[in-house]
Amino acid sequence: MGVKAAIIGSGNIGTDLMKKILKPSQTILEMGALVGIDPASDGLARARSLGVPAIDTGVAGLIEMDGFDEIEIVFDATSAKAHVYNAGKLREAKPGIQLIDLTPAAIGPLCIPVANLEEIGDEKNVNMVTCGGQATVPIVHAISQVCTVDYAEIVASMSSRSAGPGTRANIDEFTETTALALEVVGKAKKGKAIIILNPAEPPVMMRDTVFALTQDGDPELIREAILKRVAEVAEYVPGYRLKQEVQFDQIDSEVLVPGLGYFAGLKVSVFLEVQGAGDYLPSYSGNLDIMTSAALRTAQVIASR
Amino acid sequence: MSIFISDVTLRDGSHAVRHQFTVPQVQAVAKALDEAGVDSIEVTHGDGLGGSSVNYGFASDGDYEKIAAAAEVVENAAICVLLLPGVGTIPDLQRAYDCGARYVRIATHCTEADISAQHIAAAREMGFNTTGFLMMSHMVDASKLVEQALLMESYGAQCVYVTDSAGAMNTDEYAAKFRAVREALQPETEMGVHAHQNLSLAVANSVACVKEGAYRVDASLAGLGAGAGNTPIEAFVAVADKLGWDTGVDVFKLLDAADDLIRPMLLQPVQVDRDSLSLGYAGVYGSFLLHARRASAKYGIPTHEILLELGRRKMVGGQEDMIVDVALDLAKA
Repeated sequence: MGVKAAIIGSGNIGTDLMKKILKPSQTILEMGALVGIDPASDGLARARSLGVPAIDTGVAGLIEMDGFDEIEIVFDATSAKAHVYNAGKLREAKPGIQLIDLTPAAIGPLCIPVANLEEIGDEKNVNMVTCGGQATVPIVHAISQVCTVDYAEIVASMSSRSAGPGTRANIDEFTETTALALEVVGKAKKGKAIIILNPAEPPVMMRDTVFALTQDGDPELIREAILKRVAEVAEYVPGYRLKQEVQFDQIDSEVLVPGLGYFAGLKVSVFLEVQGAGDYLPSYSGNLDIMTSAALRTAQVIASR
Repeated sequence: MSIFISDVTLRDGSHAVRHQFTVPQVQAVAKALDEAGVDSIEVTHGDGLGGSSVNYGFASDGDYEKIAAAAEVVENAAICVLLLPGVGTIPDLQRAYDCGARYVRIATHCTEADISAQHIAAAREMGFNTTGFLMMSHMVDASKLVEQALLMESYGAQCVYVTDSAGAMNTDEYAAKFRAVREALQPETEMGVHAHQNLSLAVANSVACVKEGAYRVDASLAGLGAGAGNTPIEAFVAVADKLGWDTGVDVFKLLDAADDLIRPMLLQPVQVDRDSLSLGYAGVYGSFLLHARRASAKYGIPTHEILLELGRRKMVGGQEDMIVDVALDLAKA
C-alpha cells in the first residue's frame, strides 16, 4: 500500500497530477481524494469514473471525509489565496500533514527537487515555484556547482492554450517567483525571468532558454554539468531535453546588468524543450507536465523517507 | 482635426541604436521634441520597462535614470513608458511613475490582452494615462482585434492601439481593422496608430488610420525604430500640415532635431533593405532585426533566411531567444 495523498484543485494541474499518481508504474503514492468546489468539473467527473473519492466541497469536505486520517500528503493546485486558507485549515486538523504547494503562495521554501529537496529537510509545506522555474532553475543550479553565476536570465515560452486563467490573471507572480528561485535555489547573484505566450496553431511546444553570465566559468565543465543535469531532470520529466548544443559567447566590453552592475565575461546559452507526457492536456503542455512531475517527484522522495 | 503626436524615438528608436542612448542624448532629444511641440515622449528600453536583459540587449544606462532625465527637461510634453506584461512588472510601473512618467502603454500580443488586466488597472490606480497596445495586429482578423480591444477597454485602458509591429499591413488592411475596432469601442476611448516602414507604408498607413478615427499617432525622428523604422515624425507632421490637420508641432524644429541630433548618432542606416523588407513581407516582429544580424554573423546563415524561418514558425514579439535557436537549426540543415 502506498502513502495516501489528496489533491485540492480539480482543474488542469490537479487532474493531470491525479492521472500521474494513478499510473500502474507509480507505486509510492496512492490517490486518497481529488477535491474541488465545482461538482460539474471535468476533473471531478474523471476522478469518479476512475474510482477516486471526489469531493466537491473544498478543503472542509476533505477534512470531514472518512479516511482523512490516513491522508499524509496534500497537493494544493488552487490559487495563492486559497492555499493560505487551505494550509491553515489542514494544519489545524492534522498538524503533521505534508503540504505540497503548486500555487504561487510560497508559504514554505521554494523546492526544485533535483536541486534542493535534500537541503529543505522535513519542512511540512514546500512550494513548487513555477513551470518555468522547474524547467530552468535546475540548469542554473548545475552551472553554480562549477562556477559563480553572476546573473541568470530565463525566457519561458508556452502555447497560449496551455496558460490557464490563473497564470494570465497574475503574470507578475510568475516572473517574480521564478526570478527569486533563480537566486535562492539556483544560486545566481541576480535572477530575471521573462514569460511569453504564443498563440500559434498547432500549439507550440514549451520552450525554455537559460542565459547565465559568469566570470570564472570553464566552458567544458559547464557543458558537462548541464548535460548531466538535463539527464537527471529527464528521469522525472521524460519529455525534458536539450534542444541545441550549449552555446558560449565571450562578452568583452562591459555591459550594464540591472541589479548587478557592469559585467564582462562568459555568456552561456541553454536551449531547452519540454514535451508533456500527454496525461491530461496534450503533449504541447510541457509547462503543465513539468509542474506536476516535479510535485510528484517531491512527494515520492518525502514519502520514501 | 486635432492629432496627438506620440513620439517614440527614445523607445522604439532605441532598437536601432541597440539601446545605447545615453542620459545626455536622451535629454537633448527630449528637449528638442518638447520645444517642437509633441504631446508625449516615450522613454524606455525598446522592449519596455525591464527590457534591459541578455535576451533583448542590455541598455547603456538604466531606464529610470533616462525617464527622470527626460522629465527634468520637458515643459509641456508628457513622458511616456512602455511595459510588456511578462517582461516588466507592476513595481517597475510605480518606479517609472515616481521618476516622472505620466503616460503608459501596456503592450501584449494581439491575442493575449487578458494578461494586461492587472497592469492596466494598477497603472490607472497610480494615475497614469493608460493605453492598451495590441502588437502584431497583422496576424489576426478584425473580429479578434475587436474582442481584444474591448477587453483592454474593460480593464480601464483610456486608449487602444492597433499596432503593426512587423510593418506588415497594407493600407487597406490597416484601415479596415482600425475602423472595426473604432466602431466597437466607446467613443470616449481614444485610439492610436503605430506603423513601421518595412513595406514603406508608415506615413500612408498613419494617414489612413487618422481618417478612420485615430487620435494618437506614433512617430519618431528620422523614422528611428525597429526594422526599417517607424513613421518619420517630420514627414508625418509635414503631411498633416498639408492636409490641414492640427498637430501643434513645428515641422522645421523636428527637421533640425532629426538631421542634427539623430542622424549623427546612427550606427547604421535605418532603411527599407533586404532584411527589413523581409520582416514586413513575412510578418516578423521588427525588433528581431539586429539580433538576427548578430546570429547571422556568428552562425553563417543570411539574416533574411533566419527572419523568414522565424515567420514560418509564427514567433511572436519577445521571443528573441528563438533567433539563435533558428540559426542553429538552419546551420544543421
